[in-house]
Amino acid sequence: MAKKLMKGNEALGEAAIAAGALNYFAYPITPQSEVAEYLCWRLPQVGGNFVQAESEVAVGNMLFGAAATGKRIFTTSSSPGISLMQEAISYMAGAHLPVVLINIMRGGPGLGGILPAQSDYFQAVKGGGHGDYRLVVLAPASVQEAVDLMIESFDIAERYLTPVMIIGDGMIGQMMESVEFPKKYRQQNDPSKSDWALTGAKGRSARVVKSLFLDGKKLEDNCLKLEAKYVEIRKNEVKYELYKVSNKNKVLITAYGTMARICQTAIDELEEEKISVGLMRPISLYPFPEKEMFKEANKPNILAILDIEMSTGQMVEDVERVTKSIKPIEFFGHTGGIVPTPEEVKDKVYEMLKKFKKDKKKS
Amino acid sequence: MATQKEVVFAGFGGQGVMTAGQLLAYTAMEEGKQVIWIPSYGPEMRGGTANCTVVVSDNRIGSPVINTPQSACIFNRPSLDRFGATIKKGGLLLINSSLIDITSERDDITEVLVPCNDIASKVGSARVANMVMLAAYVAATDIVSFKTLKKMLTEKLGSRKKELLEINYKAFDEGRKLGKKIADKG
Amino acid sequence: MSSNPNTIFKRPESLSDNITHYCPGCTHGVIHRLVAESLDELGLRERAVGVAPVGCSVLIYNYFNCDFMEAAHGRAPALATGFKRTRPDMIVFTYQGDGDLASIGMGEIVHAANRGEKFTTIFVNNAIYGMTGGQKAPTTMPLQKTSTSPAGRDVTKAGFPIRMAELLATLKTPSFIARGAVHTPMHIVQTKKLIKKAFRLQNENKCFSLVEVLSTCPTNWGIDPNGSLQWVTDNMQPYYPLGVYKDPEKKNGEES
Repeated sequence: MAKKLMKGNEALGEAAIAAGALNYFAYPITPQSEVAEYLCWRLPQVGGNFVQAESEVAVGNMLFGAAATGKRIFTTSSSPGISLMQEAISYMAGAHLPVVLINIMRGGPGLGGILPAQSDYFQAVKGGGHGDYRLVVLAPASVQEAVDLMIESFDIAERYLTPVMIIGDGMIGQMMESVEFPKKYRQQNDPSKSDWALTGAKGRSARVVKSLFLDGKKLEDNCLKLEAKYVEIRKNEVKYELYKVSNKNKVLITAYGTMARICQTAIDELEEEKISVGLMRPISLYPFPEKEMFKEANKPNILAILDIEMSTGQMVEDVERVTKSIKPIEFFGHTGGIVPTPEEVKDKVYEMLKKFKKDKKKS
Repeated sequence: MATQKEVVFAGFGGQGVMTAGQLLAYTAMEEGKQVIWIPSYGPEMRGGTANCTVVVSDNRIGSPVINTPQSACIFNRPSLDRFGATIKKGGLLLINSSLIDITSERDDITEVLVPCNDIASKVGSARVANMVMLAAYVAATDIVSFKTLKKMLTEKLGSRKKELLEINYKAFDEGRKLGKKIADKG
Repeated sequence: MSSNPNTIFKRPESLSDNITHYCPGCTHGVIHRLVAESLDELGLRERAVGVAPVGCSVLIYNYFNCDFMEAAHGRAPALATGFKRTRPDMIVFTYQGDGDLASIGMGEIVHAANRGEKFTTIFVNNAIYGMTGGQKAPTTMPLQKTSTSPAGRDVTKAGFPIRMAELLATLKTPSFIARGAVHTPMHIVQTKKLIKKAFRLQNENKCFSLVEVLSTCPTNWGIDPNGSLQWVTDNMQPYYPLGVYKDPEKKNGEES
């Protein structure tokens, strides 16, 4: 297919169709309502199905029921709506169901605002619902990457029988960029071949999809089964991008999503001033690029790490964890819909260079 | 850096500022450029001011958020108040002088008065004021070619609306004349 | 299972061989059987998917011989919606108690019914929370003593018991809504007809269907099994009249 100029929200909807996911359940919420507005007419064209639920609580549980069919299903929402789905997300994780959830993040806590933010990192990565579970969490930085990750996320969800969440800030949903879709769209799954989906107990014993294990040993077994999947996921599904990373870097910036692109602009401008800064952009927030980030942080010329987020500092805790604080870590961010500018990023870099060069001399 | 161009379109909701920005983005993409169109969204969309930013580049675009754009196409007074001061030094400001009776009073940018609504009414419909402005901007900056711009407009409008197309073409021609003057001067 | 030609009564194929955990005198077992017989007689078992609630019947999937999923508290109608919309060729039913359906799941059931989702709900109303130990339910009778209303339900603070069948029957969307009971053999026979009709209508892709069934809870009511059956007659039946409240096969006002 030729390149199209598309809004991130609409492109996400089309990407799901390309992935053979034709069953969509959602509730309107800014800034991602365009997904439903797009899919409500687009899905019927391809034999798909959209239900506008009465609440996000219902959406989460419709996904739960629909996922048990073995077909590909998904939803899109924004922060407060995702909070309401946490119940169902925990249940689906516990019941080993593949599902894809999109969170086009807005500022919180509470009703917060509708402007772009990255303040749901903890909720997505550390588990917003109850129990011993994880989500695979992917963070695109462009509309094309959102499309590519959307398509891949269904494969990941089915490979590990787990919920996958894509988190993008409001900008990813709202901005238009050129985007390409696969030439060939995937067919819907045929659940009759599934060895876990509920297809009717014909010629086989009855199946149960559940997360209830009243016996402590059985529940522990289920949690260990989940953990075993997460070990595999941590081994196989790490994704990240390096930008202008070299041995000359004085500072390593860590940022994800749209924020990383803003940092790229700052890095380009700093380069013109002969200040070498590299960027590590985690694409998979879970699994986090642990070893890879440690390796980059450990490079000899790097004086310090600068983590930048559209929040008051969430991913920075993982940056601290995985770099084992071998280098000083500074955080800079804005939240509530205020987006850090390249100028602010540069100023922070200047400030750090001054501070840590001095520190180096002292020591 | 030099290969990147940024422009803000800002005005009242209903003045077609989003459409003008989108048409520019479609056209730049058609010409093989990297492009981002990003709107303001939220309550201000509903009745208040609306604005969008278009970034066009030969290379991969970094920040989609442009706080100090090179150019701005301003359709109403509140938008001038909001964006007038943000334009980069040496940048370009196009003001819809049909509705705005003041200027930015900046001497470090090029300022052009485009009577968009008057011209639009003259060529047949006040609704094409946005196209007058877009044409003036395109002619002044050479960001895309008029050939592609017309092609994309035709594609988006559909060839069935011939009358409307004609009016849009006329709006282009008038806007282009104004924009070209700036380009020649600059 | 025996295939003795002299067999005149046997376990429905839709039920498993497991022994239920229900208390003595509880009528969940009877209602399970009516559902299973209906599935058998309509030949739906191999296409059926049940949705289990949270409450006493949380382990219902152990007692049925068809596919099942286990919902979060109150959310069974949302799961059923998701499943049925994705697989309209299958037969989907939820089995929910009064806390599950009329309290925490009120939103889900009302909207599923209003959208006319083509699944069947078996709503078991025994006027109390059973599994959690006898707390007040939205359907608890006025002045009925429970562990969270030890002086009896105070209708000035807790309101009156919610009549779900009547409430859902006010929705304009066509549906089959009925209330039965299982405290006498006659009522069991009548309720079986209602449940079977509910599944038949789903199988014909007609409408949403819900059968409320008045049930007992000797343990938490603190009344022996026989006394509990009498309690349904004396206390519940007058407040929760039995009958068909909405029927797509009958015109408005027509006797059912």
